[in-house]
Amino acid sequence: MTPSFGRILILLSLLVSTTGAVLGYAAGWKQSAEGLKWARRFAFAFAFLMIAATFVMEYALMAHDFSVSYVAQVGSRDVPLWVTIVSLWSSLEGSILFWGFILGVYIAGATWLTRTEHLDYMAYTIGTWLFCGSFFSFLIAGPASPFHTVAIPPMDGPGPNPLLQNHVLMAIHPPFLYLGYVGMTIPFGFATAALLRGRLGQSFLRPLRAALLLPWIFLTIAIMLGGWWAYEVLGWGGYWAWDPVENASLLPWLTATAALHSALVMERRGSLKGWTVTLVQASFLLTILGTFMTRSGVFNSVHSFTQSSIGPTILVFLAAILIGSVTLLAMRIDSLESDSRFEGPVSREGFFLINNLLFVLFTFTVLIGTVFPLVVEAIRGKQMSVGRPYFDSMVVPIGATLLFILGVGPALPWGRATRDQAKRALLPPLIGAAIVAAIGLALGVRNPWTLVTLAFGGYAAQVTLGQMWLPVIQRIRRGDSAGHALIDSQLRRGRRRFGAYLIHAGAVIVIVAIAVSSTMRTQQEVRLDRGQSATVGKYTFTFTGLEQKSEPHRVSTLAHFDVFKGGGPGGGSKVTSLAPRMNQYTAMRDPLGTPDVHTTLKGDIYLSILNIEGDAVSVNVILTPMVGWIWWAVLLMGAGGIIALLPFSPAAGEKVPQADEGAVRLGAREVAAP
Amino acid sequence: MSTVMNHPSASDVMRRRSRLFMIGAFVVAAIAFMVIAAGGINKNLVYYWTPTDLHAAGDKAYGATIRLGGMVAPGSIKKNPGISALEFDVKDGGGIVHVKSAGVPPQMFRENIGVVVEGTMDRGGYFKCNRLMVSHNNEYRAPKNGHPVDKKQMEKYIKDAQ
Repeated sequence: MTPSFGRILILLSLLVSTTGAVLGYAAGWKQSAEGLKWARRFAFAFAFLMIAATFVMEYALMAHDFSVSYVAQVGSRDVPLWVTIVSLWSSLEGSILFWGFILGVYIAGATWLTRTEHLDYMAYTIGTWLFCGSFFSFLIAGPASPFHTVAIPPMDGPGPNPLLQNHVLMAIHPPFLYLGYVGMTIPFGFATAALLRGRLGQSFLRPLRAALLLPWIFLTIAIMLGGWWAYEVLGWGGYWAWDPVENASLLPWLTATAALHSALVMERRGSLKGWTVTLVQASFLLTILGTFMTRSGVFNSVHSFTQSSIGPTILVFLAAILIGSVTLLAMRIDSLESDSRFEGPVSREGFFLINNLLFVLFTFTVLIGTVFPLVVEAIRGKQMSVGRPYFDSMVVPIGATLLFILGVGPALPWGRATRDQAKRALLPPLIGAAIVAAIGLALGVRNPWTLVTLAFGGYAAQVTLGQMWLPVIQRIRRGDSAGHALIDSQLRRGRRRFGAYLIHAGAVIVIVAIAVSSTMRTQQEVRLDRGQSATVGKYTFTFTGLEQKSEPHRVSTLAHFDVFKGGGPGGGSKVTSLAPRMNQYTAMRDPLGTPDVHTTLKGDIYLSILNIEGDAVSVNVILTPMVGWIWWAVLLMGAGGIIALLPFSPAAGEKVPQADEGAVRLGAREVAAP
Repeated sequence: MSTVMNHPSASDVMRRRSRLFMIGAFVVAAIAFMVIAAGGINKNLVYYWTPTDLHAAGDKAYGATIRLGGMVAPGSIKKNPGISALEFDVKDGGGIVHVKSAGVPPQMFRENIGVVVEGTMDRGGYFKCNRLMVSHNNEYRAPKNGHPVDKKQMEKYIKDAQ
């Protein structure tokens, strides 16, 4: 009963999205207002069907209806309720359905928000969205159907992959990742419509930029949550391993970040339109490539939980989108460009350009390293991977340069800067650079790359903070009250600017924290009998004993440690108690460890069990400075993004660009507004 | 969009020239990048080999980073006292490789289990392992339709592992 109901909803959504896509393109071609109206209705219908199908699945999961194939595959009566709820995205079929759900929500929201605007683009836009929707409906209906009927339902199921049950972050990370990934469909639709129309007007920049920024925020946080999860669960004490699945989430983030910057140049100078559109298309393509890499089982990775047959289907979709995008770009890119002169490299737009080139370089570096083993295996049938040192040695210089650009770029004015202007803008932040580098030296940083990063970070921090508070100071000087100046320039009128600099501030902290935490960590394996102590770095660890804990879905062995600073029990002061554990899940043969972490502002104390033999335990002790800064600095970036995204309704009398200034018209017929 | 004129103006020529220059610089930079990237990849390849592959590779095996996958040969595990110095043999159908590892083996490490060891082949005739991973065999067989979960089997798994 339930499975057939779900199947019907999915088949309907396939029908609705396919029809809506064809209708949207036809309406765009004919510039028909009536057609656009119907395309909108189909978009809402698609969203409704996808959301309904997902609710049917959630209902089946919670009711333990094992006649639904997906529930039989991942459900269990023994697991806690939250695990049951998040089981929706714990395995391939459910996660593709979840993808459809998010796509539905995004399409409905974006269709609603643009109901009165950009009428001449929207039919093509909705058509493109629904084209993507029809592909995912097809996946859910066919190759990855979660709604098969199980003829004789089992009494109980195995539960989701224990690696996913092991930490609550697994309930949060995938939704953020999907909100980021799927959200890239929306700017892709806008950009494709601009290409199909052969123009990209000033007023169309706003929805494009907002549509890019929202998934960017989610993706930023998702990447951090993924790293945090790896750190908290996998037990090797790191947060990033250049694993193909991690790279898959990073790639679209890099191009989207580049696109957000070039969109700003596009807005200010009217140039780089074709380039921005290319980056938007690339971001979407990379999300599909990422889905292929993570969901087709071509990689054997800690994060790839599924082996399935949807790979070829995704590859076909990827090829179709790639060919379509490249063809469209080749045909239309010239018509997007408006006349604008590049005034000189020592200017803000000059540095935007360098920023963009660096991000693209970064993208290619990661892409080549990730895809190379696949290509080799496909051609020569040999299995290999590209080791970490490749990524580290390539990315560290690029990252450091990006940090440098992040400092210098915003200090420079738009247009050509005179020698005097450049001097006045660029010399003072050297103080910040010197201070931060000196602090690093005093605290024992000796790695040259880390010192360079600290200096660049100090430089960028001074520029960023200066720029962030500049409008407030200017207003106070002009006689505004401090409170009014603060609220108006940071949270109302200048919200976008303030948000952008918050993101920059967060990025500076993240890059510095990555540099410090990856070069300054201490790691040691120790084996202790009960009551014994070992000293690592400044800390002494005393093993006080083992403890067994039983839960319905797992049995855990906890190893209790007391951590002292300085000379051990009695000698130093107690810092904390840590209890890393080994978990034995009922659904899994091999035990799974969970490290325990004590986080402070200075750094983390990290313990993970390697081995328990009788009364002795072997643990990996890892001391990493500054690692906790990464998590909250990324949240700061997210907060900045949200501040920049919130719409600002200007007071009366303020000029808002509405007309399509600077747009090049290609003899397009004007749309008759409904 | 360049302006359409019969005679290109001086600024048009300038712009075309600077555009050509930009494209040229871009191509040079792209080639340089590809060369650096290709070199970086080449130096850092990690090969996935079995003991058979390793023997077949002969002298080429020295120096390369290798992920060696196979079974821990029964009776081959030698644990020297203290934290480090673990020795064992990894075998597959066609060969045996002697492995020396510094570091604590993971909880599941035992005879006849699948392992992946990452490291390099030493001239001294053994494989120097920097990282020892037990291949997880997490494939839990879901109960057949209509059959209840075999709790006894599960409990046995747990006991085995402890």
